[in-house]
Amino acid sequence: MADLLIKNGRVIDPANDLDKSADLLVDKGKIVKVAGSMKETADKVIDAKGLLVTPGLIDLHVHLREPGDEEEETIASGATAAVAGGFTSVACMPNTDPTIDNEATVEYVHRQAAAARKANVFVTGAITKGRQGKELAEMGQMVRGGAVGFTDDGTGVQDPSVMLKALQYVSMFDKVIMQHCQDNTIAGDGCMNSGYTSTVLGLPGMSGLAEELMIARDLQLLARTSARYHVQHLSTAKTAEIIRQAKKKKLQVTCEVSPHHLLLTEEECCGYDTNYKMNPPLRTAADVKAMRKAVADGTIDCLATDHAPHLASEKELEFLAAPPGIIGLECALGLYVKALIESETIEWPRLIEMMTIAHAGILQIEKGTLSPGADADITLIDPNRKWTVDANQFHSKSRNCPFHGWDLTARATCTIVGGKTRFKLDG
Amino acid sequence: MTKQQNTRETGKNIARRQSDFIWRRKNLLGLKELTAEELLHIFETAQGFKDISRRSIKKAPALRGKVVANLFFEDSTRTRTSFALAAQRLSADVLEFTAKASSISKGESLRDTARNLEAMGIDVVVVRHGAGGAPHLLSQCIDSCVINAGDGYHEHPTQGLLDIFTICEFRQDLKGLKIAIVGDITHSRVARSNIWALNTLGAEVHLVGPPTLLPPAVDKLPVTVHHDFEAIIGEMDVLNMLRVQFERIGSPVLPSLQEYTRLFALTSERMKRAKKDVIVMHPGPINRGLELESEVADGPNSTVLRQVGNGLAIRMAVLFLVNQATNLPEGERIETLTHG
Repeated sequence: MADLLIKNGRVIDPANDLDKSADLLVDKGKIVKVAGSMKETADKVIDAKGLLVTPGLIDLHVHLREPGDEEEETIASGATAAVAGGFTSVACMPNTDPTIDNEATVEYVHRQAAAARKANVFVTGAITKGRQGKELAEMGQMVRGGAVGFTDDGTGVQDPSVMLKALQYVSMFDKVIMQHCQDNTIAGDGCMNSGYTSTVLGLPGMSGLAEELMIARDLQLLARTSARYHVQHLSTAKTAEIIRQAKKKKLQVTCEVSPHHLLLTEEECCGYDTNYKMNPPLRTAADVKAMRKAVADGTIDCLATDHAPHLASEKELEFLAAPPGIIGLECALGLYVKALIESETIEWPRLIEMMTIAHAGILQIEKGTLSPGADADITLIDPNRKWTVDANQFHSKSRNCPFHGWDLTARATCTIVGGKTRFKLDG
Repeated sequence: MTKQQNTRETGKNIARRQSDFIWRRKNLLGLKELTAEELLHIFETAQGFKDISRRSIKKAPALRGKVVANLFFEDSTRTRTSFALAAQRLSADVLEFTAKASSISKGESLRDTARNLEAMGIDVVVVRHGAGGAPHLLSQCIDSCVINAGDGYHEHPTQGLLDIFTICEFRQDLKGLKIAIVGDITHSRVARSNIWALNTLGAEVHLVGPPTLLPPAVDKLPVTVHHDFEAIIGEMDVLNMLRVQFERIGSPVLPSLQEYTRLFALTSERMKRAKKDVIVMHPGPINRGLELESEVADGPNSTVLRQVGNGLAIRMAVLFLVNQATNLPEGERIETLTHG
C-alpha cells in the first residue's frame, strides 16, 4: 500500500500543463501518479475537496540570517516559516555574517536545514569574496558544495569588469547569476523612492535610475557571455520595459517581483513607519501597475518574497537609520492572490507556475512539478480561506511585516515535503 | 526700516481675528499640517509674548513647575539657546541633553532615550535630529509634548514660523506677496517649513537655485522655480537667503564657492535691482560674503537680528500652546499625524 493519497483536489501542475480535478498518489517520498478517481488506497488519505493541490511552492529569494544574525532568524525558524506559508523549498541569500562565499559555509547551511526537517533549503553563494565586489568568490567549490546560484544580494556588483568576469566564470557551471540591481553612485544614501513624497518627508531619495542603469549595463555584459542572468526584485516600470526588450532579443535573462512591489506605494512611507522601508524602495502607483502588467505579459518570470527578517529594536530606529526589508514567507501566497488573481491579472495555473516550476528552472533544481517520480513536495491551498494576517502568530523570529492586519482570501492549509507533512493549518 | 511703526498694529489685527480659537496640538512636528487659523494663532500668541521681552522683568509664570528638555542630536547653538531662553522666560525648568544619533553611533536608540527622559518626568521635549521623521517617531513613543527643532531635510517649524512672523511685522497681508527662497533647497528644512506655511497663508513662493540643489519633484510643490536670480529679484517682496552648506561645495552638485556667489549671492550690487523696501532674511548663521554680503546683512533691509528676537517669542508661544493642549480632554487633542 502506498504512503499517501490526496483525493478530490483541483490538481494544478503547470510543468505538465495540468489543471483538473484528480487524485494524487505518493509513495516513499515520491510522486507515483496523478489520475482521476484512483482505486488505490494508502496508509494516509487526505480529502482535498475544495482545495488546490499544487507542487510545493518555491521561493528563490529569502534571507535566513544564519550564520551571524540568529536573533533575527535561523535556518530552522525560516524553514518553519516557509512551510507555514506553503513553501517546500527556498533559496537563501549569502549576505550573512560571515558571508556564504565558500564551500564550508554552504555545507553548514545544508546541515542546519537538514536538522530542521522543514522546508528544503537551497543555498546561493556570493559572487565576490565577502560581497565586497572586488575578487570572485570560490564559485566552483561552492557548486561542489551544492550552491544553486550566485548573488551579492543586498548590494549589486558595482564594478562592470568584475561583473563581466563573474558572468564569464559562472557560465562553465551553468549556474545563474542573480543581481541586486543598484548603482550605488546614483542610489547614494537614498532610503525611499526619490520623488514628491521623499521631498515632503525630507528623506534622501533613491531614484529608479539606480536600478535601471545597472540592468542596462549588465545586459550589455550578458550579451557578450553565455551565462544566465536573473534580476532580483525589480521595482520600476522602466526596468520592466528594459527586460521586456531584452527578452525579445533572446538574452538569457529572468526576473522576479516581490509582493510589496505589487501592492504598496511610496506614499505608505508618510508616517515614517520603517516597515515600509525596503530596498529597492516602494515606488509609485504607476510602477505597481507596470509590475502587474509585466506579470500578465510574461516579462516577469517568478514571484519571490525577499523575506528579510530584522529585529524590532532595529526597525524601531529612525527611518533613515533602520535597516531595509520585510518578512513575507507566511503571507506571500495570499498577497499574490490579492495582487494578481483578485485584480484579474492572471489565473491560478499561471500563479502556481510563477511560484513553482519557474523558480526550479532558474535554479536548475529538480523541483516544482508533480510528475511521476518527482520528490513529493506538495502544497494544499484553500483558495477561499478568509484570514487576517497576524504577524505575532508568525513562525519567523521577526515581526517586521507591513501586511499585519490585512484581510486575505487564500492560504496554504497543508505543506508536504518529501512525502512528509511539515505543516498543517488546522490541528 | 520704513514700516516699523506698523508692527504693533498688525499684531493687534491678528489678535482680534483669533481670540476665540482653541489650540489642540500637543506636538509641533511640522508646518505642512497646520491650517491658516493655527498659524495665525501662533503669531497672535507670540505677539503677546513679545511684549514680555520688552519689560524689565522678562518672565511669565505660564510653565512654572514644568520641565522642558532640549534633546539635540545635532550641533546647534542658536536654536538650542533660543528654546532654552524661551522656556526659562515661561518659568519652566530646562534640561539640556546632548545625544548621539543612532544612525551615527550604535548607542542607545532614540526610543530608549526618549522613554528615559519621560521616566524623569519631562513635559515637553524639544528635539533636533539629523534624520527626517525623528520627532514623529519620538511623538509615537512618549506622552510628553514634542516640538521639532529641525529634523533632517524635513522641517524646522519654529524657524518657518519666525520667518513668517517677521514678514508679517512689515506687511499687512501675505496674500500675493512674492517670497524668494534662495540656495540649497534640497537639503533645507527651513525652506520646506517656509514653503508649506507661506502657501497656506496665500503668499507666492519662488525658489531660486541651481537644478542640482532643487529637490526631486519640485514641480509638484506649490512654488515657482527660477535659476536666474538677477532676472527675478526686482519682483520679489522678500528674499530669504539660505546658508551655503560647505559639504556641498566641490561635490557634483556645486562646482565652487566663487561660482555660487557669482550666481546666487545677495550682494549690494544685486540689491540695486531689488525693490526699495524688500525684506532680506537669513536663518543664520550667515556665511558673510558667501550667500549674503556683509553690507546687505547689516543694511537697512535686513531683518536678520529681528528674526532672532522674534524666534524667542515664537518659541515661547509654541511651548505655551503645546503645553496648553495637554489640558484638553483626550478626545479633543490632536496627538499624532501623518502627511496626507
